[in-house]
Amino acid sequence: MLLSSDILIQAVANGLLTGAIYALIALGLTLIYGVLHIINFAHGALLTAALFAAFFADRVLGIDPWISVFALAPAFFALGYLLQRLVVWPASRGEDRAILLVTLGLAVIIENGLLFQFRSDTRTIDHPFGFDVVELGTMLLATTRVVAFFAAIGVAAALFVFLAMTDTGRAIRAVAKERLGAELSGVDVPHIYAVTFGLGTACLAVAACLLLPSYYVTPQVGNAFVLVAFTIVVLGGMGSVPGALAGGLFIGVVESISGLLYGETLGQLGIFLIFILVLLFRPQGLFGAKA
Amino acid sequence: MLDVTGLRAGYGPAEVLRGIDLTVRAGEIVAVLGANGAGKTTLNRAISGVIAVRGGTIRFDDEDIAGSRPAAIVSRGLIHVPEGRRIFPNMSVRENLVMGSYARARANRARNLDRVFATFPRLAERTRQAAGTLSGGEQQMLAIGRGLMAEPRLLILDEPSLGLSPLLVEEMFALIGRINAEGLSVMLVEQNVVQSLALAHRAYIIEQGEIVLSGAAEALAADPALQKAYLGL
Repeated sequence: MLLSSDILIQAVANGLLTGAIYALIALGLTLIYGVLHIINFAHGALLTAALFAAFFADRVLGIDPWISVFALAPAFFALGYLLQRLVVWPASRGEDRAILLVTLGLAVIIENGLLFQFRSDTRTIDHPFGFDVVELGTMLLATTRVVAFFAAIGVAAALFVFLAMTDTGRAIRAVAKERLGAELSGVDVPHIYAVTFGLGTACLAVAACLLLPSYYVTPQVGNAFVLVAFTIVVLGGMGSVPGALAGGLFIGVVESISGLLYGETLGQLGIFLIFILVLLFRPQGLFGAKA
Repeated sequence: MLDVTGLRAGYGPAEVLRGIDLTVRAGEIVAVLGANGAGKTTLNRAISGVIAVRGGTIRFDDEDIAGSRPAAIVSRGLIHVPEGRRIFPNMSVRENLVMGSYARARANRARNLDRVFATFPRLAERTRQAAGTLSGGEQQMLAIGRGLMAEPRLLILDEPSLGLSPLLVEEMFALIGRINAEGLSVMLVEQNVVQSLALAHRAYIIEQGEIVLSGAAEALAADPALQKAYLGL
């Protein structure tokens, strides 16, 4: 099959648009991993919860996701903060294995709670810009996804600046690499853990509000994204913020191009092929330091 | 200033500190000396709140701080520069120092940065370098500098000479003397008995979690039992 360059460029552009959302989801995951050194298995379920929250904000309250994001991001920050402070931390008693199980348990509860309440129906919203497209040269790009792209990149950049420039951001990076040193500098470590969990969860709320105009909601929807996000986190280097961003965009493009070559349903094949190659040849990830 | 009585602490079933009494007065350098495994680091960690206290009291500025969280203890000005430096390897020298003022003296950050750079010109040349790439001596300077950024009222130094060349050890001890001469109280926890006794006003000898000897540093340096046990004389 010979592909015209127009189609290829269009596929790359679409891949980048999806990849930015992947990156945002991966960012939350990698941040929590980098600081708390745990894989947060509840990440997918929390994304689903955020999608439902954005969905009902739109359908019940009539608030567009692009508006409700300004309430949902702080609300999910608080949710993440409290989950870590009141559930994950106390229930695990500081043992890493236990933390893993607690987040897995949370995922089961959230997912099945949503399933019980809302069935596994697929829900979508009618977004005012839902059918608009942006013309860029020969490309036609969905307006909602272009907006989502720039918003996701903006949030990632803001998070990067926050981590680099603020006292809390520095404390997060300090705790990530040297917990005792941070404690003895006066950092309240349980608080920083909870802030990090909160930031990771807030990323999900933003991702949900950006996804909703062009995507659907079911009680399992988060898992598909988080599976890809795990790949991105490993690809970019566990705990690396720039790695998550670059990895997300890259994986988005890989998915889009392999979808073009092998058909939409096999699009994710390329992702996992790359995942295996990375694990084989560069297990520390593209941006990760050697262990 | 610091008044520890009957302090007990340990890990799991193992009791490491079995009733420690010690005092640091304002303006003093007090050395706490002992071999590896005597309980020196456990003592520091109990005082700074990193591990739980199982008995006894720790009074700092006449308030009981036993059981307080590390952050609360740092806020009071009791700063512990840990064994092994524990700097942030992924952050620049400057960021490490800035972290020292996270909980205390934030308003004086710029002024204190200048002061630390004046004390440690080597750090001033490397402000943007990742701390993990510094030499051992520079990392120790950075760890002390980070502690000074909090404007400590009492500085606990855990084995600052560990892993340094003899020349650097001398430099480090001279520096601790200078910091103390400027009015800062120091609790110097060391294995290096000779140089610590030469620098300190008073000293405690700790063995298997108990204070076995204490007194003026000069008197201890002349003590036959100590000379036999630690100096091989």
